[in-house]
Amino acid sequence: MERDERLEALWRTPPGLASLSGVNHTTVGLRMVVTGFVFFLVGGVLSMLIRSQLSFAGNRLLDPEEYNAAFTLHGTAMMFFFAVPIMLGFATFLVPKMIGARDLVFPRLSAFGYWCYLFGGLLLFSSLLFGEPPTGGWFMYTPLTSEPYSPDRGPDFWLLGITFAEISALASSVELVVSILKTRAPGMSLERMPIFVWSILVTALMILLAFPPLILGGTLLEVERAFGLPFYDPARGGDALLWQHLFWLFGHPEVYIIFLPAAGIVSTIVPTFARRPLAGYTLVVLALLATGFLSFGLWVHHMYATAIPLASLGFFSAASMAVAIPSGIQVFSWIATLWNGRPVSSTPMLFVLGFLFIFVLGGLTGVMVALVPFDWQVHDTHFVVAHLHYVLFGGMVFPLFAGLYYWLPLVTGRRVSELTGRLVFWTIFLGFNLTFLPMHWTGLLGMPRRVYTYAEGLGWELLNLTSTIGGFLTAAGVSGFLVDIALQRRFSPKGPRNPWGAGTLEWSIPSPVPSYNFAVQPRVEGREPLWQEERGPGYLAGPATQREMLVTSAVRAEPEQVVILPGNTWLPLVAAGIVGAFFVAVLAKAYVLALLTACAATAAFFAWAWRSVSRGEPAVDAGQGLRLPLHFTQPRSPGWWGMAMALVADAALYASLLFAHLFLWTLAPSWPPEGHPVPELLAPGIALAALAASSVAFHLRHHAAAIVLALAAAVVESGALLVSGLTPSAHAYGAVVAMLWTFAALHIAIAVLMAAYVVLRRHAGHAERHAEPVVALFWHYVVGQWAAGFVVIHLLPQLLPT
Amino acid sequence: MCSESATGIALRRCKKHAIVLAAASLAGCAGVQSALDPAGPDAHALARLTWVLFAGAGVILAIVVLAAGYAMFRHPERRLRLSSGALIVGGGIVFPAVVLSALLVYGMWLTGELRAAAPEGALRVHVTGHMWWWEVRYRGPQGEWIATANELRIPVGRPVTVSLASPDVIHSFWVPSLAGKMDVIPGRLTEITLRAERPGVYRGQCAEFCGAQHALMAFLVLAVPEEDFQAWLVRQRAEVDPPSGEQARLGRKAFLAQGCGNCHTVRGLVQGRVSAPDLTHVGSRAWLGAGALRNTPENMVAWLAHGEAVKPGRAMPSFPDLEPATLSAIAQFLAGLE
Repeated sequence: MERDERLEALWRTPPGLASLSGVNHTTVGLRMVVTGFVFFLVGGVLSMLIRSQLSFAGNRLLDPEEYNAAFTLHGTAMMFFFAVPIMLGFATFLVPKMIGARDLVFPRLSAFGYWCYLFGGLLLFSSLLFGEPPTGGWFMYTPLTSEPYSPDRGPDFWLLGITFAEISALASSVELVVSILKTRAPGMSLERMPIFVWSILVTALMILLAFPPLILGGTLLEVERAFGLPFYDPARGGDALLWQHLFWLFGHPEVYIIFLPAAGIVSTIVPTFARRPLAGYTLVVLALLATGFLSFGLWVHHMYATAIPLASLGFFSAASMAVAIPSGIQVFSWIATLWNGRPVSSTPMLFVLGFLFIFVLGGLTGVMVALVPFDWQVHDTHFVVAHLHYVLFGGMVFPLFAGLYYWLPLVTGRRVSELTGRLVFWTIFLGFNLTFLPMHWTGLLGMPRRVYTYAEGLGWELLNLTSTIGGFLTAAGVSGFLVDIALQRRFSPKGPRNPWGAGTLEWSIPSPVPSYNFAVQPRVEGREPLWQEERGPGYLAGPATQREMLVTSAVRAEPEQVVILPGNTWLPLVAAGIVGAFFVAVLAKAYVLALLTACAATAAFFAWAWRSVSRGEPAVDAGQGLRLPLHFTQPRSPGWWGMAMALVADAALYASLLFAHLFLWTLAPSWPPEGHPVPELLAPGIALAALAASSVAFHLRHHAAAIVLALAAAVVESGALLVSGLTPSAHAYGAVVAMLWTFAALHIAIAVLMAAYVVLRRHAGHAERHAEPVVALFWHYVVGQWAAGFVVIHLLPQLLPT
Repeated sequence: MCSESATGIALRRCKKHAIVLAAASLAGCAGVQSALDPAGPDAHALARLTWVLFAGAGVILAIVVLAAGYAMFRHPERRLRLSSGALIVGGGIVFPAVVLSALLVYGMWLTGELRAAAPEGALRVHVTGHMWWWEVRYRGPQGEWIATANELRIPVGRPVTVSLASPDVIHSFWVPSLAGKMDVIPGRLTEITLRAERPGVYRGQCAEFCGAQHALMAFLVLAVPEEDFQAWLVRQRAEVDPPSGEQARLGRKAFLAQGCGNCHTVRGLVQGRVSAPDLTHVGSRAWLGAGALRNTPENMVAWLAHGEAVKPGRAMPSFPDLEPATLSAIAQFLAGLE
């Protein structure tokens, strides 16, 4: 007991205002869930405005711009500030508890991610205070959102707020992938990992690959708006559809990024109430992986009506249909689990059954819209509004409510009342179907989306009124949920540990959960550890003096190291605040201030790295006769894995930029366009050689030489581009080349700063071994990245006839 | 009466174009903008596909719901014995793979059919999507442009290829009763083929969100017999008639004095210099402002004086300070441009 108290004192988030310095995953996860739910309510209020406006033909409750702002902010809030973050919040809260870990592996990063998310949301919604909300739709199609057609700051609020929130999702994803791969309890090999954790692993990897195209697209749009570089302007070699490709390259995986965690929740809840392990575990894992893979090949099905060639239509139509199969596998796995189990009814289970009905219906209409000719009719109509709500509300919100009721006892330590939960379910279920079932019909009768008014006499009036009534019923159900949760938190009787009799590790933790999760880290012998007779012996049962946690191997989860996690700190909040100031400065077009805040952010991250734990005994007794090295004595520390994952996202960002370049190239009659110089090879070739040499120097640990070579390369390449007379604002060609080089130059600058860090740390007497391999990885990556840029900018135009 | 209220055609046209009237009434209440009320072979194929998909989806949904209900609520002892593997592989892989493959083949065949280039003899109409109205142009026999706005007149039975262009943002051209939709994209040229099999008035609307007044960017397609179409084209080519009556003459004077002709073209009277609806035959159109108001003299007065209140954000300024008499004279003049 005394040890438990010591652990609690070591891991807990301090009370009061100081709690803002907390980094513990339970704290951060709950914050994300609560904040996400608040955005859900905000988005919900906006949807009630939309439904009110459409109750009657010619209703004038909102004026056109107010209506356009309402549906823009509704979609944006739901997709970027509710669906993704709340699911990541679930993961942040649950994953360590499910895999037998004490925390996520980069606690400061989770806290930083949360603040970025919150500030991004506040930035976006502050547009309302300035009377300049974005009105271009959550999809922000260019050229409507380009400067000539949206000279206000609405699109800027959107672009900057979203990018801020996306940084948060990327931070969470790096965190979750590395935590899942490297900190599972000993014995929890990949084939024993809970399905929810699998779904989060796939989701996080998808985020790393899918969010960068939108960040890139948004950056290009912001640069076009602010500095006039024409990426999307057809008059200057740009293309309006480039935005759509980048947006949906993000946007379709996004749908599965939202759905997969929800499917993971269902796959967790169903076995618990079927009293039987999930049927077809391996098939379901494969289905998750297949969904993740296929979801990157569907984006064009949002663009069937943009005169895409027939062969491409065939490919994307086939992929769009194929993605139904992994969903089919999961649906039948749930049915088979129930079929061969002894199902018991409960509120979470009721939401799962509701989900099953709605999601299958949404999946079926999804197959319909995957069919090109059918989509030509219903695309951009209320049919698609119905379809997407069946998939997203049915596929994500119902599992979310199931999950909230299911895991509520873990947070409150109280029983869940069944009666009120059922009432909430039926209200939402009926309200939802009343809203969206008729809407399929509305769309087929010809009503387009995103219209603030409609004519009488087209047969839409009754259907719209029905949808509005259904919408308000749904809203009543959600309000009922809030009341229910508040009452249960206060009045429900204390419940036992593991009230549902579940098999996963999080239920072995007493509730309400202690901040360190496991006083002794368990050993896992099967997929449902709590349904097994024998319990393995534990680890790290020694005296608690630091935030210690096991690091295990990626596949078999055998103990490798012990990582000392950083404690509570204000750094994440400060760093996120500075990044926020940067975005505000860009928004205000105060570029000097933006530069200053960028420098301040760099300093903050430098301090962040400097304060990493790296002193102490080189090894500790981990229990079970194991003596494990501490992470900072190892070349492959969790930090190295974190860098590798961050580079996956960075490579996706760069690949998106290369895609943009090649896409514009294929549209142009000649490239470089007439009147623009063909870039020469000599000086850029020398620069590339110098950069390659810097990689060798770094590898040989001549850090100073590496820094000098890299800086020289940057100077030579910059000079070569300047001398060549590149004009970024005249034509899309110059604009993308300038972006490619700016991107590379920024990376070189960061690499140089990181190398300087290694040199300074050595001078300061830190005998750590984990930092240099991290920097080396980044360094070699940067060199490889510019090599690709060199090929596209300098080499290909020489080789290919224009 | 619903089609009438939505198109405004049946009422106004009855005296002059009996055929159109009859057709519009026949199109009747089933909906003039409905994918489920097809009026051409392409739209028929799409509607048929829709019903097939709905039937299939209904059956599959019923099977899944019954299976889930059975698994959940049937007493475990009395349940049919079924291996999980068979259920998952059969229901989750084999069944969808077969159904989806068949659907894909059919879908791509139909895509090819609908996308096929229009045959020889197809009429070509040039449509430009503006924020927020549709410019419609035909080529005359001498290669001259014959322009109108927010109304397409097409011959029944002859394929019509609509060339689509946009000078501003992305729009989407959609007449559900005749075909699917095609985006109208700045910097690119797209086209879509319409085929009407019976005379009638069909309503279309912009389907890609294009800014403040995306909702008020509707248009009508009037499908008429070939000879009526030719006759109409001849009338459209004609320049404006001299105004009849004192009111209209005053109206024409005011029209020019107020600078309406800086933007709007009235062939034979004035040539507009920016993109604005050609008003040569504005009196014959059913609607004002791409679906904002019925084209009546009273509405025309309101449209001129307070149009920005009706359609906020429209390019044309309002003229609230004009004398009511002047406004009504201009409206009279425009109504005479048939």
